[in-house]
Amino acid sequence: MNKELLGILVIFGSTVLLAVPLGRYLATVYRGDKSWSDFLGPLERLIYRLGGVRPEREMSWQQHLVALLTINLVWFIWAMFVLCTQGSLPLNPDHNPSMSPDQAFNTAISFLVNCNLQHYSGESGATYFSQVFCLMFLQFVTAAIGMAACVVVFNALRDRTTEKLGNFYVYFLKSITRVLLPIALAVALVLVFQGTPMGWAGKAPLVTVQGDSTFVSRGPVAAMVAIKELGTNGGGFFGANSAHPLENPTYLTNAVENFALVLIPLALVFAFGYYIKRPRLSYMVFGVMTVGFLMLLAPTVYYETHGNPAIAHMGADQRLGALEGKEVRFGAAASAYWGITNTVISCGSVNSMHDSHMPVSGMAELLGMMTNAFYGGVGVGFLNFFVFVIIAVFISGLMVGRTPEFLGKKIEAREMKIAIVVALLHPLLILAGTAMAAHLYVGNPTAYAGWLANPGYHGFSEMLYEYTSASANNGSGFEGLGDNTLWWNISTGVVMILARYLPIIGPVAIAGLLARKKYIPESAGTLRTDTGTFGIMVFFVIWIIAALAFFPALALGPLAEHFTLYAR
Amino acid sequence: MKSQLFIAFRLTLTLLVLCCVAYPALVWAAAQLAPGRGEGVQLSRQGRLVGFANVGQKFDKPQYFNSRPSAADYHADASSGSNKGPSNPEYLAQVKARLDTFLVQNPGVKAADVPAELLTASGSGLDPHLSPQGALVQVARVAAARHLAPAQVQALVQQHVEAGLLGPDKVNVLQLNLALDALAPAGR
Repeated sequence: MNKELLGILVIFGSTVLLAVPLGRYLATVYRGDKSWSDFLGPLERLIYRLGGVRPEREMSWQQHLVALLTINLVWFIWAMFVLCTQGSLPLNPDHNPSMSPDQAFNTAISFLVNCNLQHYSGESGATYFSQVFCLMFLQFVTAAIGMAACVVVFNALRDRTTEKLGNFYVYFLKSITRVLLPIALAVALVLVFQGTPMGWAGKAPLVTVQGDSTFVSRGPVAAMVAIKELGTNGGGFFGANSAHPLENPTYLTNAVENFALVLIPLALVFAFGYYIKRPRLSYMVFGVMTVGFLMLLAPTVYYETHGNPAIAHMGADQRLGALEGKEVRFGAAASAYWGITNTVISCGSVNSMHDSHMPVSGMAELLGMMTNAFYGGVGVGFLNFFVFVIIAVFISGLMVGRTPEFLGKKIEAREMKIAIVVALLHPLLILAGTAMAAHLYVGNPTAYAGWLANPGYHGFSEMLYEYTSASANNGSGFEGLGDNTLWWNISTGVVMILARYLPIIGPVAIAGLLARKKYIPESAGTLRTDTGTFGIMVFFVIWIIAALAFFPALALGPLAEHFTLYAR
Repeated sequence: MKSQLFIAFRLTLTLLVLCCVAYPALVWAAAQLAPGRGEGVQLSRQGRLVGFANVGQKFDKPQYFNSRPSAADYHADASSGSNKGPSNPEYLAQVKARLDTFLVQNPGVKAADVPAELLTASGSGLDPHLSPQGALVQVARVAAARHLAPAQVQALVQQHVEAGLLGPDKVNVLQLNLALDALAPAGR
């Protein structure tokens, strides 16, 4: 057991250690300062020329958003086209069919918004062409979109008054060429040398040692898995995602994949401090996020490594932990760590089945997605946190009777309205979606019998989890839910769209509005935001808005299940 | 807006070449030097493909070390977990049945010696491993079915325990069973 706990300590420790220098590097790259990676300059200039981009042209926050939304529209059309026709396109050795329109809609949205909720299984529901040219493509570019939006906010928060916030395409392209591609390549190399496939042959027929006939699915797996983690996308090549022994063959690949998905969200926190030259502010943000993360991690590791009490009651040995839905090569502790990192960060890949986790672990995973700001997805996690900071500044300003200011800019009614709308949108989407689904199910349990794999409280948790995952743009699931139906495809599709673009538009707008305001130098009357006191304030704002809003729903699902299970 | 659309379109085409042609081509080229040459590490016996080293397969006969229960029945083109919740009564009845079956098939073994993975389905349905205890608890049955000395079979298991610096110790069931067949051919 100790070797297992030591394992997750090593994974987390090495991630933090590498995130700090990467954060400094990101700040350098985005500021356009000299960096060792400038040898990529000619390639970038070529891409600007081919794309018709004028990199020196600076944009206002509105122009940034128009550029962002326009290119997303083009990608949506491309994704719909590929998914609806994949059966007739090349690179389909297994002869998998095209997707139905509602499933294609859900999948296209899901990958477009960096969510990667999957209502299909990769082995039978996608082709190599759609995996590489549609899904993996979106995994690269949507991660870069999140990073670019984040940098627009960084830029707007510098100590000056301006309308001009840099060029969107430059931030976007540099995120790919200077960060995502090189690191993804390194991760993919580790994967192929550990046995992850990267080939184009179809599934292999196999007669096993004891004489059963089966097939073994393969494909260009390693390239996709690397960016799936690094871009906090989470959509796996195979149905079982990173639990699949070809997608995640060893303890080392598990550590590297888990490292990759935490790396950039963490690095962006440090990049913020270096970018605006206030590293202390980054330490505050990192501290708050880490406290929240550890509060969710600790109970999950405890319950997963202590096993299922109902099975212990039968007399079986539970010393290895609760292993339903888990792989022996990772063990209970690394599976718990993976589960929490993938839900506080909106990656949503799985190396064990969350539906089979203990109730408290399921609740911690839900809370990770409900707060969605303890690290959070690439770029967007920081944007979510920024919204909470604005709210905390306003509330604490009122509490101590000072004008609410953040980084020398006054926070006024307009910014607050935007922040509150963004902060409350998330609970609204989750709770309204779950309420409607629960209402439908209860109204006609026989018609919707295929929805839930588990009865009672846990069945409710399955529906709650699906909307939480959609709204957090997470993409993991309580996969027992029979979700490839018209209702789930369309309703989660709509939730995903709203929950992606409004939380990007809102913070960029706030930052853009702040950038235009007069800069007020710090004085004795300024509320300091880089202190522990303010950190505690932000933490409680997150806790009250993002966690307590969900308490009644959590009480009906995981909490009720927990007390039933442990009552005997 | 119109010029943005134009840029979006051209940039998309360019990035498709960079991210979806150049990048996978590089990874594919590297894979040609890796074990399995990017098509999965294959194991053959007397020239016949018998499995992939990392992909678990079904073993439920008494003369083999049995692999874990699987929601996918070890079909490696349809990976899946059971997704059963921890308090689901139907699921718990199934676990109990697995435990009872195991105790009948392995006379002399006590419930407290049966580790968790032998009663639960893995996340992928293709878990290639057991814990060392999960293999050791089957030694008596396998040895009896093959008319081997238990000590000899136990030594074979010990040789196949993979203990890393971090993470759980484990045994690859396919490789263990292949070694077992080499020691004493099956079916007798």
